[in-house]
Amino acid sequence: MGSSRGHICWKWGSPLRRLTGFSRLLSTAALGPQICVVGSGPAGFYTAQHLLKHHRLARVDIYEKLPVPFGLVRFGVAPDHPEVKNVINTFTQTAHSDRCAYYGNVTIGKDVTVKELQRAYHAVVLSYGAEDNRILGIPGENLLGVYSARAFVGWYNGLPENRDLKPDLSSETAMVLGQGNVALDVARVLLSPLDVLRKTDITEGSLAAIACSKVKRVWLVGRRGPLQVAFTIKELREMINLPGTRPLLDPADFTGLGDVIKDVPRPRKRLTELMVKSALEKPGEKEASRWASATKEWGLKFRRSPLEVLPAADGKQARGIRMAVTRLEGSGESARAVPTGEVEELECGLILSSIGYRSLPLDSLIPFDPKLGIIPNSLGRVQGAPGLYCSGWVKRGPTGVIITTMNDSFDTAQSVLEDLQTGVLNLSNSKEGFESVRSILHSRGVHPVTFSDWEKIDAAEVARGKLAGKPREKIVDPQEMLQLVSH
Amino acid sequence: MMARCAPRLIRPLLNGLNLGKVQSFQCLRIAEHSQAPASLQPERSFGSTHRLHDVPRDTGSADRVTVHFINRDGERLTATAKEGESLLEVVVNQNLGIDGFGACEGTLACSTCHLIFEEDVFQKLDAITDEELDMLDLAYGLTDTSRLGCQVCVKKAMDGVTVQVPVEVADMRRELEVGKQSK
Repeated sequence: MGSSRGHICWKWGSPLRRLTGFSRLLSTAALGPQICVVGSGPAGFYTAQHLLKHHRLARVDIYEKLPVPFGLVRFGVAPDHPEVKNVINTFTQTAHSDRCAYYGNVTIGKDVTVKELQRAYHAVVLSYGAEDNRILGIPGENLLGVYSARAFVGWYNGLPENRDLKPDLSSETAMVLGQGNVALDVARVLLSPLDVLRKTDITEGSLAAIACSKVKRVWLVGRRGPLQVAFTIKELREMINLPGTRPLLDPADFTGLGDVIKDVPRPRKRLTELMVKSALEKPGEKEASRWASATKEWGLKFRRSPLEVLPAADGKQARGIRMAVTRLEGSGESARAVPTGEVEELECGLILSSIGYRSLPLDSLIPFDPKLGIIPNSLGRVQGAPGLYCSGWVKRGPTGVIITTMNDSFDTAQSVLEDLQTGVLNLSNSKEGFESVRSILHSRGVHPVTFSDWEKIDAAEVARGKLAGKPREKIVDPQEMLQLVSH
Repeated sequence: MMARCAPRLIRPLLNGLNLGKVQSFQCLRIAEHSQAPASLQPERSFGSTHRLHDVPRDTGSADRVTVHFINRDGERLTATAKEGESLLEVVVNQNLGIDGFGACEGTLACSTCHLIFEEDVFQKLDAITDEELDMLDLAYGLTDTSRLGCQVCVKKAMDGVTVQVPVEVADMRRELEVGKQSK
């Protein structure tokens, strides 16, 4: 266990830890910083990884409210994007580290408070992400047939709280409000050939529902124009090439754009060029033939801002949306959509609002900015709360891909390491770490799920998946997960 | 999307993993590469279990190419690579201490293996594909001589080359971090 590096305390710390609890206390108490991370998604794991790598004595415990780890890597990344989930391998290596422990099925703020964590650990890092979504704030938003993209994604990815969503997929036309990668994900899952979905880790239940879906056409609707789309080129390319589908792009939206983007940075330029090409150029032979035989369609609608979801005759079901037609003021990323006064109604029975995730406050004692939806912080140090840090979406807002969160988490870990070095975090106060949390949880009847417990659940999911030709069949009931590890 | 070089994708073997064996293998690695600075951490070891099968027998110096990586903190990490290995594989196999390198394990699903090349070396690299450009477009600190390490294979002509690990924008803008949100 790294004995070649000759750190005495670490060297005899490891074998002693395997002996009695008392010896364990002896070896770990006051030897190094005790740090805990709240949340086991990419932010939590990357923060832990960086801390463990750059501090030879630090112990990092990762808490997670669900029994299973990995957050949005498991529940957010689309089923047909398995490569993105490869980060699970590096997270697993981190969890296997001698100085790292994972405790699932522990809800911070309920099973143990942040204050109690602060008594047990030198530093507490909040990395619990964004579990909610922004709301449209328009009439009819709660009609049947209207869902947040977040809940829809949670549904097909097996997030326990969304397993009973039962989205109504009986409408031919679906509108996704928003033009980010999540919007493209839901459109793609709605329109993908079943043969493709069948071989992914999409849940059995949602696959069955999608198999009966009547959805043939998905519009991605944005308030602004083509130059403001938030999705990225790889995902757009994937959509354009989706078998069995054809794109519906209005040439009027793209004429002349080629000139406008001449001096724009390369990423935006290439993304726009791809849209322009697909909208204006004659397709090649192969593409033309695919589009001709396509049974499903997807398209982009611009400069439309939702005003009201319109009810059907029964007053309960959504039948369409009334949209304000907008024009742009300003240009580029900061362009603003301004209503023109014109209004348009679009018919559809399925509306998915994909306008952003949103963090929630964990505990009334932790500073939280409800307007920005983040914990106020400076370089990951929570303002006005020494010993408290944050990383990931709850720190910077719910945008960005895994690399964004990775860099951000390394940044926060760097702040913790600096504070350890300069004495801002006082190591002379010895902390018990999980030893004190363990007794708190026990007294409250909470049984943490360890990483090797997760590996049992993981093995069960993989085994079930194998029977169905899938990488895994996700267990969606937390009780079933707990029963598997007999808690 | 696989790395275009011949060597296989890196996949740690999680089932039936004998951790004891892995750990001692890592120590062996540290002893072998004494030129590597003491700050190299063997824990950064995803995929190294797979490398148990790929420990290079003594192939002699004929097939080895020296590559220098300038890390984000300016530290120079030197590795000897086999011709045909991707630069991502070099970093992983040699356990170079570059934080967060190669998150998606060479499948063109991230940009964390982003490297900056010298102009003349850059010009001689194999042509870049749309798929690589798509991911490179999302990389921090993108330059005109940037490539993804998982797509660049080591060639004999690259012996002695120096590549730069980009400083992340987040590092440079530490002053501007507070409460910034785009929407």
